[in-house]
Amino acid sequence: MSAEAAQARHRELGLTDYEYELICERIGREPNGLELAVFSLMWSEHCAYKHSKKLLGSLPTEGRYLVMGPGENAGAVDVGDGLVCAFKVESHNHPSAVEPFQGAATGVGGILRDVFAVGARPIAILDSLRFGELDTERTRYLLDRVVAGIGHYGNSIGVATVGGEIYFEAPYEQNCLVNAMCLGLAPRERLIRSAAAGVGNVVVLFGARTGRDGIGGASVLASAELDEDDAAKRPTVQIGDPFEESRLLECSLELLDKELLASLQDLGAAGLTSSSAEMASKGEVGIDLDVSLVPLREPDMEPFEIMISESQERMLCVVEPDKLDAALAVCARWEVRANAIGTVTDTGMLRVFDGEEMVGDMLVTALVDDCPLYDLEPAEPTSPVYPDPEPQIGPDASDEDTFLALLGSPNIASKRWAFEQYDFVVGSRTVKRPEQAGAAVLSLENDGGSGAIAVAIDGNGRRVACDPRRGAIEGVLECAQNLACVGAEPLGLTNCLNFGNPEKPHIAWQLSQAVAGMAEACRALDVPVVGGNVSLYNEGGGGPIYPTPVVGMVGKLPDPSCVAGSGFTDEGDQIALVGPFVPALAGSEAEKLRGRLGSELPEADLEAHAAAHAAMREAVRSGALHSAHDISDGGLACALAECCITGGIGARIELPGTLLELAGLDAALFGEGPGGFVVSGPGAAIAALAAQGDRVRVLPLGTVGGKTMEIGSGVATLSVPVDRMRAVWTGGLPSRLS
Amino acid sequence: MKFGVIRFPGSCDEVDALLAARRFGDAELLWHADRDLSGIDAVVIPGGFSYGDYLRAGAIARFAPMMESVAEFARAGGPVLGICNGFQVLCEAGLLPGALLPNENLRFVCRQVDLTVEQTDTAFTGACTPGQTLSIPKKHMSGRYFAPPQMLEQLEASGQVVFRYAEGHNANGSVDDIAGVCNEARNVVGLMPHAEHAVDPLTGSTDGGLLFASAAQPAGAAA
Repeated sequence: MSAEAAQARHRELGLTDYEYELICERIGREPNGLELAVFSLMWSEHCAYKHSKKLLGSLPTEGRYLVMGPGENAGAVDVGDGLVCAFKVESHNHPSAVEPFQGAATGVGGILRDVFAVGARPIAILDSLRFGELDTERTRYLLDRVVAGIGHYGNSIGVATVGGEIYFEAPYEQNCLVNAMCLGLAPRERLIRSAAAGVGNVVVLFGARTGRDGIGGASVLASAELDEDDAAKRPTVQIGDPFEESRLLECSLELLDKELLASLQDLGAAGLTSSSAEMASKGEVGIDLDVSLVPLREPDMEPFEIMISESQERMLCVVEPDKLDAALAVCARWEVRANAIGTVTDTGMLRVFDGEEMVGDMLVTALVDDCPLYDLEPAEPTSPVYPDPEPQIGPDASDEDTFLALLGSPNIASKRWAFEQYDFVVGSRTVKRPEQAGAAVLSLENDGGSGAIAVAIDGNGRRVACDPRRGAIEGVLECAQNLACVGAEPLGLTNCLNFGNPEKPHIAWQLSQAVAGMAEACRALDVPVVGGNVSLYNEGGGGPIYPTPVVGMVGKLPDPSCVAGSGFTDEGDQIALVGPFVPALAGSEAEKLRGRLGSELPEADLEAHAAAHAAMREAVRSGALHSAHDISDGGLACALAECCITGGIGARIELPGTLLELAGLDAALFGEGPGGFVVSGPGAAIAALAAQGDRVRVLPLGTVGGKTMEIGSGVATLSVPVDRMRAVWTGGLPSRLS
Repeated sequence: MKFGVIRFPGSCDEVDALLAARRFGDAELLWHADRDLSGIDAVVIPGGFSYGDYLRAGAIARFAPMMESVAEFARAGGPVLGICNGFQVLCEAGLLPGALLPNENLRFVCRQVDLTVEQTDTAFTGACTPGQTLSIPKKHMSGRYFAPPQMLEQLEASGQVVFRYAEGHNANGSVDDIAGVCNEARNVVGLMPHAEHAVDPLTGSTDGGLLFASAAQPAGAAA
């Protein structure tokens, strides 16, 4: 290839001229076609985190329950009794925008592999989804196919989808977000790392055959903005086969149980290229691969295509030569294809052979460590980045009209339409199902553990758009709050940072502010980040998405039988508002319906939040409360409505004077902010909470009973029958889809 | 009393079924490629997506070597329970009448449903009372029970409709609200709802345990 042709090629592959020169300098010559393809993937944003790595260093990654931190396929925390929970969230945004069914399905498949690649059996999936407003046909199509794709993969492989969230906002119209989180369990001694070890050991590729699907996905799709030619990118979307993965999963765990592997790694973005380079890099060794030994779907694939293919359901492992036969026998029993395709060397080089001929020879450190890291150049925008949303209700809407519009709005309405398409019971662990409690509760009893783990996933892009630092703090707080509702103590957190193009100063500002906020909140709550994912360049023709840091948190609780649901249960129970909740209208769903975005969220007193979480945990664990629910979208009025609807019983509420003085009537009803819990129970249970000290505010709200929710503030403000609220809340989503 | 739970590639609920069965007797997993049923008193064919449900749900699993042994076992009067995918496999294998079609709305549906027990003289319903309502989760993509009119008439006449969805609980469009059936000899029973996911109050309900208890009863009484 001439130098000129190579230059044109490197730009096509997403490398800058500067990066290309650096590659030539590091390897002392011009790279050949295969090497260029490999470098372009290893140095893509997706693999190298070149715009975010410096920033991510500020997140806390140490904690007393931490077993495995960032850098491995998934992080892991100790859940007691010799068990660890491995978990991670990852995005599959651009593939889902191009082909929603396979994009979402392979997003689930990829995150499952990350979890069993560390030796953990996947037990639960959660999803965080963002789409444009439901009034366009494209959004309805994307929602329909993404939900079907998630269900297709998760249901078929038999891992329960236990929770998630879906938001609809105009800035996601062109660039939907599909973040999938998986958690798995392993006996501590089965955890395995991906570092290749032992010069002379055999490198085995097992799982599906390698085809042309997903070629260049990491650089072309994941690391550039979407444009109108999306359809032409379809060949870069991978096709998933959950049946293949189910055998791959069982086979991998059996290989580990029989102690036949020295290391294990899944093939994700950049396929064989990144998996082999990363294994070699972590083990500080070299790897020789012979691509002619890779089983192919199409006979005439070029060596470079084999190296960068993103065909799904493949794993790479390192096996000691005397264990190879036993390992291959396990694969055969599960009808999983397995081929020895290389060896671990002491050269420090990733060498690619096509039979006898060497077709690539690259220094591993150059591939993995030498990609230039860029400093962000953040600048606070001087004018609004996002237009105000379209108003949905008039300026003189009554409280009742506003309330019902909120309750039926797609962001607040029940997500039953979606979660009923997911198997949430398989595995026999699910104690709290979707919409039954703040977080999913999964019993550890059948796994040789005690108690249960709780898991939730949260993120509110609109609030982060209003105020990136405080919005990101709120995301962490809300997730911890959901855990507190079921009595769980947070053990660790995984994040997915979905942002626009970081090379633009205002996006860089959003990103750095949000990471700072997330770090602050994690420190205040003493929750380490165990790993995660960054998805940048989420921009379509209409501009950037809302900055959307998504947080998934795993916690532990001693006794799942104590956990109350979110719904009111008993006539005559007292209702109270617990926590340092300071409702404000900025960034709220109510303001959105009124056609305003708002700016600047109130600063949260993190110490007071941590104290409220601790008090709630204790109260729930005592088993004295009959219900616990956190206040989120739609404020106190919508939280109370959800307690009534879920419990099938009404409530009589008198808004506390403290709240009205603090926020005014409108914000007291519909204002949002972290730190609010609605609880119910016998008078003694509420009194016990109130007696916990000065740090936790407990305000009496009223009593459970009747068939209507009445909220007063001196004079009656809202009075709506529970049946009517249920119809509006459950019908909100389906009515917009038919 | 020992249950044998068959594991096919792609099975999802085999461990759940194993744990459920162990609440009522001994139980072990059986491998699809084996043929040995010695020592097994009742067979459970679990839920999931055997062979990926490729071709048609249950269509490939029926050819597994173990299924030949199961057919023999069933012909000899051995109790066989098929749950969800297991029900589909038994229909494909001709051990149960009828077929399971894709749900009417063409979507996977996961929901807690009420069933009424129509027959208590089968191998898996002896511990139920006639007309009893059971709360059990169902979750499937192809659960719409179908049989041609003449066959339906015959099934009703011979009391082979074992479970029906309660009013408002038939979310897949099954003909005559049929949720489960048995063979003429009443030793082979299949149903779409997941009885093995209703054996513990902590995770929902205990009603599904009655099916396992029913199978365990005779041996338990003899012991």
